[in-house]
Amino acid sequence: MSSDTKSSSPTETVLKTENASVYYGNFRALQGISLDIPKQQITALIGPSGCGKSTLLRCYNRLNDLVKGFRVEGKISYHGQDLYAPEIDPVELRRRIGMVFQKPNPFPKSIYDNIAFGPRLVGYKGDMDDLVERSLKQSALWDEVKDKLKQNGAALSGGQQQRLCIARAIAVQPDVILMDEPCSALDPISTLRIEDLLQELKQHYTIIIVTHNMQQASRVSDMTAFFNVEMTEKGGRVGHLVEYSETQRIFQSPTEKSTQEYVSGRFG
Amino acid sequence: MSAATGNPSSAISQRSATSKTLDTGFILLTRIFAAGVGILLLWIAIIVGIQAIPAIQTFGLGFITSSTWNPVKDIYGAWPHVYGTLVSASIALLLALPVGVGVALFLSEDFLPARIQNILVFVLELLAAIPSVVYGFWGIVVLIPTMRYVGGLLNRTLGWLPLFALPPGQTEVTGPGMHVAGVVLAIMILPIIAAISRDALISVAPELRQAALGLGATRWETILKIMLPAASSGIVGGTMLALGRALGETMAVTMVIGNAKAASTSVLLPASTIASLLANEFAEADGLQLSSLMYTALILFGLTLLVNVLAEVIVRRFRQI
Ligand SMILES: Nc1ncnc2c1ncn2[C@@H]1O[C@H](COP(=O)(O)OP(=O)(O)OP(=O)(O)O)[C@@H](O)[C@H]1O
Ligand SMILES: [Mg+2]
Repeated sequence: MSSDTKSSSPTETVLKTENASVYYGNFRALQGISLDIPKQQITALIGPSGCGKSTLLRCYNRLNDLVKGFRVEGKISYHGQDLYAPEIDPVELRRRIGMVFQKPNPFPKSIYDNIAFGPRLVGYKGDMDDLVERSLKQSALWDEVKDKLKQNGAALSGGQQQRLCIARAIAVQPDVILMDEPCSALDPISTLRIEDLLQELKQHYTIIIVTHNMQQASRVSDMTAFFNVEMTEKGGRVGHLVEYSETQRIFQSPTEKSTQEYVSGRFG
Repeated sequence: MSAATGNPSSAISQRSATSKTLDTGFILLTRIFAAGVGILLLWIAIIVGIQAIPAIQTFGLGFITSSTWNPVKDIYGAWPHVYGTLVSASIALLLALPVGVGVALFLSEDFLPARIQNILVFVLELLAAIPSVVYGFWGIVVLIPTMRYVGGLLNRTLGWLPLFALPPGQTEVTGPGMHVAGVVLAIMILPIIAAISRDALISVAPELRQAALGLGATRWETILKIMLPAASSGIVGGTMLALGRALGETMAVTMVIGNAKAASTSVLLPASTIASLLANEFAEADGLQLSSLMYTALILFGLTLLVNVLAEVIVRRFRQI
C-alpha cells in the first residue's frame, strides 16, 4: 500500500484519516485506512463493489452511528478535531458535512420546503426565499423549477431530483459535501450537468465523491483514492486503500498493478 | 428459447392456448367475486332501507333530531342514540389516537432490542383479536369501579364544565356511563390505530430518514417532520378504520354504557348508542318500532360510510405531503 501524499497544492487538510479500521459487529469492512482530504478539492473514491467506499464516506458524517455494532478504530479528524470524540455532537457535525445519496431522495414535500428543511432546523433567520433561490441556482436547477416551487419535489425527473438533493445539501451551507454515486441513477446529460456543477461547487466546498464511473472520476476529481478488497487469513473480505494520489497520476501512471488494471477496466 | 422451435409464432399460440383460457377464467372469477362484494353491500342496504320505509314516511328527517323514544305511544326519534354514538366514538378517538401513534412510534424506532420489539408487536396484534364481549366483561369488572373513581375526580375538579357535571342531588358517579363506554372503545381501537400506524411508519423509505439525519436533524426532528408526515396517509387510514369500528361496536358498549333513553351533555351519565339500542330492543320489536330501529341502523350505516369515504379522501390528499 502506498499513500502518495506529494502535496503539490499547499491546501490544508479538512478530513484526516489515520490508520482507521471500520467494523460492523464482528465484520471488518475496512482496515488501516490513511487518507487526507484536501480543502476545496474534489476527491474521488473508486474501487470494486463492497470494498467499503460508502462505509468510509458515512464515517465522515457519522451516519453509520445508526447501524448497530458499527465501530471505528484509529482516528478520523475534521479540521484537527477527533470526529469520534465523545464531545462531538453528530447532529451538529452533519450540519457541517452534508451528504448526497446514490438514489435521489427528496422529501415528499414541495421543492421549496425540501430546500428550506435544513435551514429551518437551525432556525435560519435570513431571507428564506432568497436562500432557496440561491441554492437552486447553485445547483443549476433554478431555471427549470422557478415557476413551480410549490410542486412536490418527488414529481421531478430523476436528474432534477438529484440536483434538488444537492441544493438541499448546500442550503445549510456545509463545509464538506459527501456524494455517494450521485449520478448512478441518471442519464448521461443529467450526469454531465452534475459534473459541471461539481466544478462550480468546488469553489466553495470540499467534495468527496464515490463513483463507479472511471471517466467521471478522471473528469471531475483532483485526487483519487483506489480501494480494493483483499482476503484475510480467515477467509473474510476486508477493504483497504491501495493507492491515493492526484487523479492524473492514478489514471496515467499508477504505482500499483491492481490500480492500473482497475482504471483501465481490466479488473478481474 | 425460440431456437428450439423453427417457427416461433406457432410456439407462441401453442403456449397461450391453455394459459389464455386460464387467464380469462381467472379474470372472470375475480370479477364475479369483486362484484359479489358490491352486490352484498347493496343488498344489505336495500333490505334495511325497505324495512325502514314506514318509519321514514312517518317521521321523515326529523327522526334524527327528535329525542322521544316511546314504544307505548309509538313515537320514535333517534337523537339520543345518534348523539351517544358520536360522542362515545369521539371520546375513544381522542384517547386512542395520541396513545396509538405514540405506541406505533415506539415500536417502529429502534428503542428496544429487536426481539422484545417483535414480542410487543405480536402482543399488540393479539389485542386487536380479543372478542368484544371479553372487553365488555372486563369493562364491567375492572373499568366501571375505576371510572367511578376517575369520574368522581373529574366531577370534583372540572364539574363546572357541563361535560363533567352531575344532575342536582347526585354527588356520586354511578357505575356505567358514556365515559366507561368511551374508555372501553378507546382500548378496543388502540391496537388497530397502533398496528396500522406502525406499518405505515416502518414502510417509510429509509432513504428519507437518512436524508433528514444527513441534514443535521435530530431523531425527534426526523420523526416529527419527516417520518410522521410521510406516514400520515397510513395513520389517517388506520384512524378512520378504528373510528368505523368505534361507531359500530355493539357488545362491549351495550354492557357498559348504561342504556339511558335520553341524551345528556355530561359524559359521566348513562347514555346509549345506535348499536346498543339495536341490541337492546331488536328482539322484542315489531311494527313501527322495528321499522324505526331499521331507520337508526340506516343512519349508522350512513355514518360509517361517511367516515370511510372521508378516510379515502384524506388518505389521497395526504399521500403527497
Ligand atoms: N449496515 C451494514 N451492516 C453490516 N455490514 C455492512 C453494512 N453496510 C455495509 N456493510 C458491509 O461492508 C462492506 C462494504 O460495504 P460498502 O457499502 O461500504 O461498499 P461499497 O464500496 O460502497 O460498495 P458499492 O460500490 O457496491 O456501493 C460490504 O461487505 C458490506 O456487506
Ligand atoms: Mg456504496
